[in-house]
Order: sequence, then structure tokens, then C-alpha cells
Amino acid sequence: MKIHVYPYNDFVIPFLIGCVLLFTICIFKYIKWIRRFSDEQRDVIRHNWFSWKIIPAVWEMIREGLFHVRILKKNILLGIMHQAYALGWFLLIVVGAIESRDAFHSLQREQNIATVYELEKQNGWYVRTTGEEKNPEYLNQRRYKVETEGGIARIEYKRPFYVGIFYRYFVHKAPASFRQHKLYSNLMDALLLYVFLGLTMAIVKIFWSKILGMRRTTRHTLVDRFSKFSLWMIFPLRLLAESVTACLYGNGGFLTQAVGNMFDPMIVRGLETSLWMFYSLMLGVFFVTMPFTRYMHIFTELLLIYFRKIGVKEGMQRSGYTYFELNACSRCGVCISGCPMDRVLENHEIQSVYLIRSLRNQEHGSRIKLIADNCLMCDRCTVDCPVGIDLGSLRRMTRDKGELDTTGNYRYLDKKQIPFNAIGRVVYFGGCMSHLTPGITESMERIFNAAGQRFWYMDKQSTICCGRPLQQQGFLRQAAELRQKNTDMIVKSGATMLVTSCPICYQSFMKEYSLDIPVMHHTEYIDMLIKQGRIKVRHDDRRVSYHDPCELGRGCGIYEEPREVLNAVTNLQKTRFQREKSVCCGFNLGNTKLSIEEQTAIRNASLENLTSKPVDAIVTACPMCKKAFLHATNDYPVRDIAEVVAENLIN
Amino acid sequence: MIEFGFALKQTRSEDLDKTSLERFHRLLELTPSFKRCFQCGNCSATCTARQFTDFSIRRVHTSFRRGEYDGLAEELRKCMLCGKCTLVCPRGVNLRSLIINMREILDEPQKTGKR
Ligand code: SF4
Ligand code: SF4
Ligand code: SF4
Ligand code: SF4
Repeated sequence: MKIHVYPYNDFVIPFLIGCVLLFTICIFKYIKWIRRFSDEQRDVIRHNWFSWKIIPAVWEMIREGLFHVRILKKNILLGIMHQAYALGWFLLIVVGAIESRDAFHSLQREQNIATVYELEKQNGWYVRTTGEEKNPEYLNQRRYKVETEGGIARIEYKRPFYVGIFYRYFVHKAPASFRQHKLYSNLMDALLLYVFLGLTMAIVKIFWSKILGMRRTTRHTLVDRFSKFSLWMIFPLRLLAESVTACLYGNGGFLTQAVGNMFDPMIVRGLETSLWMFYSLMLGVFFVTMPFTRYMHIFTELLLIYFRKIGVKEGMQRSGYTYFELNACSRCGVCISGCPMDRVLENHEIQSVYLIRSLRNQEHGSRIKLIADNCLMCDRCTVDCPVGIDLGSLRRMTRDKGELDTTGNYRYLDKKQIPFNAIGRVVYFGGCMSHLTPGITESMERIFNAAGQRFWYMDKQSTICCGRPLQQQGFLRQAAELRQKNTDMIVKSGATMLVTSCPICYQSFMKEYSLDIPVMHHTEYIDMLIKQGRIKVRHDDRRVSYHDPCELGRGCGIYEEPREVLNAVTNLQKTRFQREKSVCCGFNLGNTKLSIEEQTAIRNASLENLTSKPVDAIVTACPMCKKAFLHATNDYPVRDIAEVVAENLIN
Repeated sequence: MIEFGFALKQTRSEDLDKTSLERFHRLLELTPSFKRCFQCGNCSATCTARQFTDFSIRRVHTSFRRGEYDGLAEELRKCMLCGKCTLVCPRGVNLRSLIINMREILDEPQKTGKR
């Protein structure tokens, strides 16, 4: 026997429509993508969807989805901007919900003490005959729904979920027993102010992106801008609507009340519902555009973090996971500033943010091909991306060669494969490029000998390429064939460890091969030899700068070992762009589109960074980088780490 | 025609009545640096695939230049795209781009009337 009281005003309709559409479209999309997961990915999900792995997943969702720690670390102002939007808005919703729940509890409590009602049926409607609703001024607008067969009824206050969003309008006066109402309204105002802080920074970013650590920001499409406009309008409208209500009923917090007191109640009275309507309309517009704009990232990012953390990985081909990655990109533009194509060559078309957008918009043909192909695959954007999207894989996938991706014509390799007995030895794989820098391979041979390590120099005469260059260009089948040939040789030899001098091969062996033996880059191997005391080195008095090769540093995360080795044999100088920030030498095999002049320009930028402080030599750990720098300068000797160590060996 | 008996090789002259250089010009558009090639053969000398077989990238791109496409697609599938040729070319020809573009052009369905 109840009378249900619903707070309601027509202005909630745009908001409700927005919500329904938003969630329907999102759920529809997510189901579609989840169904496209590959079998491997499904297996991982089936195993881990509810395991201990969700603890770190939830932790990262909170850390990155709300607090945006990665962006904060990159640039504090940019971080605050993103955090204010995410955390501020999230808390506005949560605190608003708690506030309205508490208020309604008080309302109900007070009402329960009050009278019950006698109802009587008149002309088919129930009409209240006795009893008065206590403090009817608490609630501004209401709809009744009577659920009784006549006789005695109680009032029950219903709290639809939208009440928290429009709370100040619906609860004009806090119920007497709701004592913390002042605290809540001040807190809500503080949160609104926090969001405004983010908004201010977003406006600053338009005119002065440099102080937010961005050299250049994303060029947005029209729909994106429209959606952004509605997002930006939501909060000022909310402030205005709440202030007007505060002006009329005095229920505001420190901010809304202060603003409200500036208005004349006679003038604004007629505006109140319209303002709330505009606020609701903006919310509705934003929600409807969200799934079709960059703001789709808001929920998708969380799901992506979840899937990634429970162990789902991007495959070679497009899968359901790819769609999550594509839609998790917020087009924040963090990937633009570091990109050497942008920084040095002023190419503002090909950055990962635009690649992802083109993929999401399902562009085909020459434009997307141009974007996909003209990139160094230096992975700078991958380490910069705060969402942690696997940008390298996305690009590789887009370089799909279609019909052209056939098997190779590698019969000639069969004849030449000499099985070699290397049981218990180390296989040394120089790589194609090392054949052009014999200094590296000779030094490695000396180091192996000095350490008394028996080894098999697998490609001394002729190399079978590791396959990565083909892989990077989308010739997957040919690449797989080469991997198979190399794997066969290594497995047949019975060797116990693989050491390679080329970071490109190294990354391939680490990520694309599935060898059972440990794989080391020579920097790691030398570091190990020195630490184990198997080779003795002297410390010279040269000052050197170290260039982190893309494939070794960002590609495989090897930053420490080369530095340890260099500190042991010489004096390593810091450079401005080092470790993750290292500038690609420009000759990365990931690109086939750049002319030699453009490659040279990037190389010069990289070189400038390495020689910004006085140094006696430039050291790197990749034959390709070495070759690139060698061509560039006569002023500085260019050395590989292996060479520096071999020069300083004490026999 | 009088057969003198010392023609060991087929004649290699270009017959522009029969040969269309349209594809070659398209290749030049895609890889402009190929204009600079002076056929020195450094690319072939260093070639990784050539260590194993008689594949010659210089022969391939020279044939393409002359409009002789027979068997080139097959030949090009011997290349491992390792990039040594690009690195040693004294004329800065982007051979990896050249190789991929040759493959793409050869893969297109041939227009009738043109070889
Ligand atoms: S790819 Fe990453 S860094 Fe680039 S715009 Fe998207 S989310 Fe930002
Ligand atoms: S991989 Fe390097 S060149 Fe390519 S888009 Fe990313 S930063 Fe730019
Ligand atoms: S090395 Fe360069 S210039 Fe010489 S033949 Fe090859 S492509 Fe031509
Ligand atoms: S890229 Fe191809 S043609 Fe060039 S050196 Fe390597 S295998 Fe030979």
C-alpha cells in the first residue's frame, strides 16, 4: 500500500535518451568486437577472466582511467587536465549519487514519522482524503504513482538514477534531518571547480600547448570538435543552472551560491527550467555522439586495460582486440610530439593518432597505405602512448600486403644449409647488417675467445635474414619461412644459447621466434661476461655518448646493460634524449618510403643530440645505427659497444 | 637472314614498338631515387640472397627498366628485404622501396595490348 513519489521534470528526457542510446550502442559494439576475438585470445580470456590477474587490472584501471598517472609523469599540467576531466566528473557522479541517496533517506525517515494517508477511489482515481505530506517543499517536482487497493497508504520516495545529476533542482531544501547537506553541497562545488580547472587547461592548450608539454596537438575532425564543444558546455551550463536554483532557493554550495547571489531572483525565475534543460540537452548530445567520436575511449580504455592485464595480446592479424585498441585511443596527441617524422621532417600526416583514426573510419586505398608505410617503426609513439596501445603491431597489421603476401622463392636456401654440431656452444648470429660492419663481428669473436667460450659463428659465410624486415613490410608468409629455416639450423646444432649483434634480429628472436634456448643481445652478453669476471677490461679516459637503438631500447627494453658495460670501460655522458626518448638514427628498416635525404635529416637530428656535449666518441649497439652515423661524421669516431670492449680487453 | 653462327646471345636491344615503358615510368614515380641508378652493381655484390644463389637484384631492376618482365616476379620472391643493398648503393637508390614497388606493379593485372 504505497504512494510512490517520483521527482520528475521534462528536462530529464534528453539526458535519458542520451543514456539509453549510449549504452545500447556501446554494448552492441563491445559484443561485436568480443565475438571477433581470435581463438588464442578467447583461450586466454576463458582461463583468466576471473583470476588473481583482475587485481592488477582493476588497479591499473583506477590508476590510468581516473588518475592518469602516466600522463602526469609526462607533464604535470597535461596530467592534471586529463585527471580533472576523468576523476572530477567521475566523483561528481558518485558523490552526487551518495548525496541524493542520503537526502532521500532523510526524506523517507521524516515522512514515515508523519501521517499515513487514507485513500478513496473517486471516478476511477485514488484521492487522498486525510493526512498531509510533510514538508512538500523539499521536493520540487513530482509524479505520483499509486499502488494500492484503497484504504491506507504510505508515501514512498523513489529516487531514479538521474536524481544525482539534477539533484539541486529536485531537492530545493534539504530535509531537516539531513545534517551533512552543507558539506555535500560544498564538496560538489569543489568538484565542479576541479573540472573547471581541467577545462581551463584545455583552453590554455589550444593557444599554448607547449607548457603542457606538447609541441603539437592533434588536428581534429568536425564531429570530434562538435562533441568536444558539447562536453565543454556541460559544466558551465551545470554551474549556471545550479546557481540560478541556488539564487531562488538558497541551496547552493560556496561556489554556486556565490554566483547565484549575483542574480536577481525576479529575472532568473523564468530561466531556471530552461537552463536545466540546456544542461540536460548537452549531456544528451555528448552521450549520443560519444560512440562515434574519440570519446569512445572513455569506457573502451578500461576494457582494454582489463583485457591486456589478463593477458590478451595483439596478434598478427586484425582481431576483436584490435578494435578495442583502435577505440581506446583518445586522440590525445601525446604520440605526436616525439615522432621524428613530425619533429624533423615536418610530416604531420602519419603519426599513430592519425593512423588509428583512419583505421577507425575504415579508410581504404592509397591514403591509409601512405600513412601506414611512411613510418620508421621507431616505437617512440608506443612508449609515449599513455593508453599503452600496441601501436607497432597496429601499423604492421595495416601494412598487410594482401595477394602479394605469398610464399617466398627460397628453395635455394635448402641446398646451402649445413647442419653444424654445436652442442653446448653459443651460437653467434651476426645478422645481415653486421656483414657491412666487420668491426663488430671481429670484436665479438675476440670477446668470445677471451672469455674462453666455444662458439659457432652461424652466419659467418652467408646469412639467412631473420625475417623481421619482411615482417615489418607485411610479407608475413615469407618472413615465417625464413624464421623456419633459421630455427631448424639452430635447433639442429644443439647450441645452448644464442647471441646476436643486431637488435633487429634480437627483437625478432625474442618476439617472433619461439626458441627454447636463451637469446641475448651482445650488450647483455658482454655485461654478463664482465660481471662474472670471465673477461677483464680496463677503464679508459674517453668520454662517450651512447645511442639507444630503437629496436634494442624501446623495442626490447634493454637500457641498463649497455650502460653498465660502458661505465665499466669508459666514461659515459648523458644526453638530452636518451633511453625511451632516444632519437631514431633515421635508417630504421621499418621505413621504405623515405628518401636518403630525409633519412639523413633525421640522422643529423639524432647526431646533434649525441654530440651536444663534448665527447670523444659515439657509441651504439646496432650495425645499422653505426653505419648511419659513420656516413655522417668525420669528427667523431663511431663505435659499437663490442668494439669498445674489445679495444679495452686485458688478456 | 644470314646466320653467321657467332650470335651466342639473344639480341638485347630494346624494341620500342613492342615494349611499353609505362610500368617503368610508374615505378619511377613510386621510387624516384631509381632515376639515379647508374647500374654499378654494388647492390648485387652485397646482396644477402646472392650469397646463396645467382639471384641478382641489379639484373632484375635493369630488366624491369628495359620492359622485360618475364620471370621477374619469381626472382623478386628470392629477396629477403634485408636492406643491405639500400645501405651500400652509392647513388642513394631506395632499393627496398624499389623491390616492393616492382612486386606490386608486376602483380597488377596486365592491361591488354601492352606487354
Ligand atoms: S595513440 Fe596513444 S598517444 Fe596517440 S593519440 Fe592515441 S592515445 Fe594518445
Ligand atoms: S614509430 Fe616512430 S616514426 Fe612511426 S609514428 Fe611512431 S614515433 Fe613516428
Ligand atoms: S647499387 Fe645503386 S646505383 Fe648501383 S646498380 Fe644498384 S641501385 Fe644502381
Ligand atoms: S634486400 Fe633483397 S636484394 Fe637487397 S641485399 Fe637484401 S636480399 Fe638482396
